[in-house]
Amino acid sequence: MKPKHQRLWLAGLAILAIAGASALALSGLKDQASFFYAPSDVKKQGLPLGKAVRLGGLVEAGSIKRAADGVTLDFVVTDGAASTPVSFKGIAPDLFREKSGVVAEGQFQPDGSFVATNLLAKHDEKYQPPEMAGKLHETRSLKQ
Amino acid sequence: MIAEGGLAALWLAAVMAVLQLVVASSAVIGGRAEMARAVRPVAIAQGLLTALAMLCLILVFVQSDMSVLLVAENSHSLKPMMYKIAGAWGNHEGSMLLWVTILGLAGGAVAIFERRLDSRTLNATIGAQALIAMGFYAFLLFASNPFARLFPSPPDGNGLNPLLQDPGLAFHPPTLYVGYVGISVAFSFAVGALVTRDVGPAFARAMRPWVLGAWIFLTIGITAGSYWAYYELGWGGWWFWDPVENASLMPWLAATALLHSVSVLATRDGLRAWTIMLAVVAFSMSMIGTFLVRSGILTSVHAFAVDPKRGAFLLALLAIYIGGALALFAARIGTVRQGNTFALVSREGALVVNNLLLSVILGIVLIGTLYPLAAAGWGVQLSVGKPFFDKTVGPVALALVVFIAIGPLLRWRRDEIQALLKRMTWPVAASCAALIVLVPFAWGVGFLPLAALVLAAGLAVASVAPLWGRNLRRTPLFTWGMVVAHLGVAVSLTGMASDSAFTKETLAVLRQGETRAVGPYLVTMTGIRPVVGPNWSAIAADLSIRRGEGGAPFILSPESRFFASPTTTTSESAIATRLDGQLYTVLGQPDGKGGWQVRLWWKPFVTLIWLGGGLIGLGGALSFLGRIRRRKRAVYDEYEEAVA
Repeated sequence: MKPKHQRLWLAGLAILAIAGASALALSGLKDQASFFYAPSDVKKQGLPLGKAVRLGGLVEAGSIKRAADGVTLDFVVTDGAASTPVSFKGIAPDLFREKSGVVAEGQFQPDGSFVATNLLAKHDEKYQPPEMAGKLHETRSLKQ
Repeated sequence: MIAEGGLAALWLAAVMAVLQLVVASSAVIGGRAEMARAVRPVAIAQGLLTALAMLCLILVFVQSDMSVLLVAENSHSLKPMMYKIAGAWGNHEGSMLLWVTILGLAGGAVAIFERRLDSRTLNATIGAQALIAMGFYAFLLFASNPFARLFPSPPDGNGLNPLLQDPGLAFHPPTLYVGYVGISVAFSFAVGALVTRDVGPAFARAMRPWVLGAWIFLTIGITAGSYWAYYELGWGGWWFWDPVENASLMPWLAATALLHSVSVLATRDGLRAWTIMLAVVAFSMSMIGTFLVRSGILTSVHAFAVDPKRGAFLLALLAIYIGGALALFAARIGTVRQGNTFALVSREGALVVNNLLLSVILGIVLIGTLYPLAAAGWGVQLSVGKPFFDKTVGPVALALVVFIAIGPLLRWRRDEIQALLKRMTWPVAASCAALIVLVPFAWGVGFLPLAALVLAAGLAVASVAPLWGRNLRRTPLFTWGMVVAHLGVAVSLTGMASDSAFTKETLAVLRQGETRAVGPYLVTMTGIRPVVGPNWSAIAADLSIRRGEGGAPFILSPESRFFASPTTTTSESAIATRLDGQLYTVLGQPDGKGGWQVRLWWKPFVTLIWLGGGLIGLGGALSFLGRIRRRKRAVYDEYEEAVA
């Protein structure tokens, strides 16, 4: 093989690799990216069933109930305009509290409730998941 | 006064960087010999001045000087001394100063130790270093001054985020930064070689120890960071595909590819343009990594600084550096002559495939990490996590494992398929044996973990194959390095696959005296007690644990810790390590009726993940030593020849 051909051949392979990576990544993103919803988004757009999504908002005051098995939590997430009942089995993060922000990862159920596999709460007094700040801000301005 | 001294040192260091660029470029472009003599001293002076600034910052943290804004915001007088020192880089400004300090010291080290490279190329390299440093000095001095004063000064500080109060903090960020910075040095070599049109084996041999050194630090940093997250965050996972983790993984992937291609350039004089391109990519990745971590634009447990001005500043730096590097590459690459060619079936061929697969993984991780940011730009909020990365990276990584096994069994330049197949007999046999052993356990286990275990067995055998039939004492150290590192990949892969295939989990509420099983263990709650630490208080559960009914009992005490400053609760997992895996326990909340939530995991062979990571790093270190030794010997041989 002539040196020049080998160089072209390598460049071609490199481009192929980049194209392959992009194709693989984009096809993966299509069904694996988990979108963020606030309770009022679901009201507007309908239930995103059969997909892993994130649900964010505030934990409604007085809504946290612990089931008899001791490890299942039921609570209501609200964004002021709408609310969604959430069920979560596991250890809630330390900063999971009433009237405090939460992002739940999991799936919507056909009855409109949400089953969470993971909860993200504020990590400390300063930190708050950025998307939550955005969504809460949005609802607040909608109400005004 | 110390704070002002530190700031002055930082300004002087910035001036030195400008001087370094002027001196180096006039030496290279103008060809002025007296300027060339000044390059090394100026680079060393810059390194010493940044080190002085960093030392000043550590001193104000040690003294708990609350009139310095950074100390007041991030430290507390009651904090243990180790965390006062580590706290100096446990925040945005301090960690940027650490970055620049390491960059300055690395530049000084290049000036002192690099004696083989052609002096024009070396001067161009040091000039490129100065250019990189200048951007970061500007960022520190104009957007992140670590020495800013606070008036009136508060009686005491805010304290450090308790998640960061851990020995891991003391070592994790500096280790990764050494890796990032080492890559920037390798990049500077590439720029130097492009400027003087001197891309060849000599340049590759000069650049290789820097790539190797950076890669070792990245490997250790990623491995240690993974273990830290595993025991500190208490989620039972060891890799979360968090953007900050990806920010360290991407430079590592690029550096791994670069490490292998620079070897081809050094020993076979092939892949010239390819190696330069990888150096540019690796540097871009370490810049993107710094940007992702430091700009605070991420949804991440690590993101504790959010300031849009800084983000914009870093983004501009990123665009200038990456754009400049690509422009230089495009302008000069045509003048790089083609190196040696090779057949498709050859060591070089396998290394090209390895490079391509690493690049594919890198591309996927990059897209997966940046996509949520781009989507946020057009108003859609989404997150990309484990399901995406497992599904896309997993299969490509397994293909890569096959080529890690094949590569070292091939000869340079040209080889025969038949000969390769013959050499592959034992590795393939090992994979088949693993498959047979796994069949009884395969039910309910996914395809990826099973395939990974089978391939890991083959890789383990293939990776030690280069030692067969050799006199082990006369085998060069860098061959040992390759063997150990590749074996480390097999070991780590076994741990990952075993963890995801065979982990057992139990989530329960336990009252005193109650028992639950997890894997082969029986866990009994024997009591709950309060614990007092230096700046926290805690509730600890005593769990008495036996392996099977007749096992000798031992105690694990997971805690839930409460910090007053800043107000935070963290859970401290308790882990028992056994030869065949780890038992991982976490304490949750009380149920209000005398019971406590506990979460228990039995993770067979999970420790192999980090053991393998350690082996990979060790392999790198052996290789590094081997190269340094050989280099000394080469210099000696030249001397002998000259004398004769």
